[in-house]
Amino acid sequence: MFGRLTLSAIPYHNPIIMGGVSIAVISAVIVIGAITYFGKWTYLWREWLTSVDHKRIGVMYIILALVMLLRGFADAIMMRAQQAMAFGPNHGYLPPEHFDQIFTAHGTIMIYFMAMPFLIGLINVAVPLQIGARDVVFPFMNAVSLWLAVISAMLVMVSLGVGEFSKGGWSGYPPLTELPFSPGVGVDYWIWALQLTGIGTLMTGINFLVTILRMRAPGMTLMRMPVFAWTALCTSMLIVLAFPVLTVTLALLALDRYVGTHFFTAGAGGNLMMYTNLFWTWGHPEVYILILPAFGIYSEVTASFSGKRLFGYAQMVYATVAITVLSFVVWLHHFFTMGASANVNAAFGIATMLIAIPTGVKIFNWLFTMFRGRLCFTPPILWTLGFIVTFVIGGVSGVVLALPPADYVLHNSEFLVAHFHNMLIPGSLFGFFAGYEYWFPKAFGFRLSEKWGRRAFWAWLIGFYVAFMPLYVLGFMGMPRRMQHYDNPAWHPWLEIAAAGVAIIAFGIACQIAELVVSIRDRAQARDRTGDPWGGRTLEWWLASPPPFYNFARIPLVHDIDAFADMKERGIAYRRPAAYHDIHMPKNSGIAFVIGILAFVLGFALIWHIWWASILSLLGILGCILARAWSEDVSWHVPAEEVAEIEDRRYRALISAMAPATEEARRGEGLVHA
Amino acid sequence: MPDTAIEVLNTDILEDMFASAEGQGEAESVASTAFGFWLYIMSDCILFAALFATFVVLSRNYAGGPTGRELFDLRETLLETFSLLTSSVTCGFAMLALHREERGGVISWLAVTFLFGLGFVVMEVREFLHMAAIGSGPWRSGFLSAFFTLVGAHGTHVAIGLVWMAFMIVQILAKGLTASVQSRLLRLSMFWHFLDIIWVGVFTVVYLNGVY
Repeated sequence: MFGRLTLSAIPYHNPIIMGGVSIAVISAVIVIGAITYFGKWTYLWREWLTSVDHKRIGVMYIILALVMLLRGFADAIMMRAQQAMAFGPNHGYLPPEHFDQIFTAHGTIMIYFMAMPFLIGLINVAVPLQIGARDVVFPFMNAVSLWLAVISAMLVMVSLGVGEFSKGGWSGYPPLTELPFSPGVGVDYWIWALQLTGIGTLMTGINFLVTILRMRAPGMTLMRMPVFAWTALCTSMLIVLAFPVLTVTLALLALDRYVGTHFFTAGAGGNLMMYTNLFWTWGHPEVYILILPAFGIYSEVTASFSGKRLFGYAQMVYATVAITVLSFVVWLHHFFTMGASANVNAAFGIATMLIAIPTGVKIFNWLFTMFRGRLCFTPPILWTLGFIVTFVIGGVSGVVLALPPADYVLHNSEFLVAHFHNMLIPGSLFGFFAGYEYWFPKAFGFRLSEKWGRRAFWAWLIGFYVAFMPLYVLGFMGMPRRMQHYDNPAWHPWLEIAAAGVAIIAFGIACQIAELVVSIRDRAQARDRTGDPWGGRTLEWWLASPPPFYNFARIPLVHDIDAFADMKERGIAYRRPAAYHDIHMPKNSGIAFVIGILAFVLGFALIWHIWWASILSLLGILGCILARAWSEDVSWHVPAEEVAEIEDRRYRALISAMAPATEEARRGEGLVHA
Repeated sequence: MPDTAIEVLNTDILEDMFASAEGQGEAESVASTAFGFWLYIMSDCILFAALFATFVVLSRNYAGGPTGRELFDLRETLLETFSLLTSSVTCGFAMLALHREERGGVISWLAVTFLFGLGFVVMEVREFLHMAAIGSGPWRSGFLSAFFTLVGAHGTHVAIGLVWMAFMIVQILAKGLTASVQSRLLRLSMFWHFLDIIWVGVFTVVYLNGVY
């Protein structure tokens, strides 16, 4: 009836796991209780869970990312604490099979369920606004993507308390992840969580490619698009080209485990290096999927807070495209030690080093944008400055690793761990934080506390250096990655320093929580009443904060790269159009949410071999898709009068925000009819 | 922020500022959906490319088991090929009928396409069952794992196409050739022709290469 699932799957004998489970369950109960207490279920269902509005979907993605950041960071604390303790006679507090699950969960969560939802959320919030669109081209599909991401993250969370998680590392190399070596459900949790979220991500990629290529406001040629929209375009391209390979790789591994095929087995004609090749054919473009949007955010932030146009817009675009192309020809540098010939390794090493060139171009462009600009030291620009300095260090260590002979020495060592954290933390996470603080007022109508933002930045930056620079040293000292226990006394002090670094980062995260709480409490003082809190240059700042659900009452005509800055310079940014028209908008739908729930059942049933439930949920998903395809009632028209009413309210608010003293005078001019 | 003048303009002299068109019209929306579907097809091409690459890598890893030459019956495969290629032609006829807005023509040509597609799937399933029965299932060797997965992935696509086609026949019967039905039929035909092209690759790389 329940396949492999029995009560013994719950590890209630393990106090550490049960502690984690109780924290997760208690948090969930508090959230559910609060929603019930405040009677918000109907509101939640009508306005959020069934929403197809790209802004709301973006916010939900980011909430998912922040929650999973806490979970992934909890894993990081546990690993650092274990390695700081488990030296010589002390074996620490985590047994090997638990430690292995934790480093697997940390990598999996941070890449797939923190970084990916974060960047997709930011793209969702900002890109349609930046290009002058009223929503994405496929709003319903966007909601399906969201719910697939959410339920996949939930599968990983459930693995905490029901069964186990994979011990095979975030990259899941066979033969370790094959059935003979990993007979439990851990690897299956890993496979199905990634498979389901991967399908959602693929749909997001297609959605934004079409949105950006076909829904830009008239006059916004490709070379007038905001840089963030460009990076979103390139990231979407990478998603569409790379994610199918992940789908195949995971499917083949699943077939090996479920059907007994021999793709990656050690015998019977399998080829385990094929897994490594396929995985990184997806995996390296994935690195740029994570980093390019952050580059876009840095470009927006730098231009806005320097008070001038981005230096070298065209170069920035070409550099982005160059990175997009190059990202497909470097995958082998993840396994130089495979034993390919020297020439093959050299070719991939050189291709890898080439990526440093467009990246360097970008760094110089940001610096030249700041040069002779009037820099406002808000938290977003602090993240950008911290990124530039830190990322260059990581880039240089990357060029070292790109040399195959050096890689043979440093492969699989703590040097590598230091390197990729040195790329991904400043290269994407800092960027996402900058984007979160930059677009927060646009999404919610009030600014985040700069004081707490600054504290969070400094704690993160200092914590980063203290936590990861020792890992470079440890790499040179020959410490392999993923060690649950070690006997070398020389490593011990460095690991203690690294643990201290994680404590400093924890303080940074506490500051970010405080930032959110304090800002919500004091939101009245930080209200963004003009819609343009930073002196922005791109179209999203033209709209009210938060924008009306249809975004643009009239679609703007674009004349310049920085469309909104251009309007402001010509003095026409805040003129009310004479007439409004009916607006065609998609209707909310609960089907996407139901598909998500069914996909969760499907994943869970496949993991535990509950075949009847797998078949039923699959049929249910098919039924949902057909029902949706049958329905004609998917959109509605907002009447022009309603648009005019909302817009007039906006113009009245603008008047009082910009020139409170002259409101009476304006009333005389006839804008305010009352 | 500078004190920008806020004025309402009673005449639409700001033609310079607002687009005359309001978002995407019906035709543009159909084209956008078709473009999105092209992108999906592109991503599916990548999926098949990965499966083809896997097959080529494992195509000689017999592990002491049977080879392609021993297993494949090219006459059967030829029949399968003709069945699928013919179904593509009849699908084209269905689209021609759609352009002439002949509801009966669309339905009957789709039905013919469905039967040819079904014939293909039945032949493929029979081949699979036969191979499994003589002990040459996907678990026998790396080569057979890759064979079953690549050919099976294509077959699954065809089966999904059949479900879609049946759904479209029902939808035409119930709703007629509405705009959304037409748009969906356009994508179904794209999908069906795409599967044909993939099959040509499968036929060549798997069967012909395996036997010769």
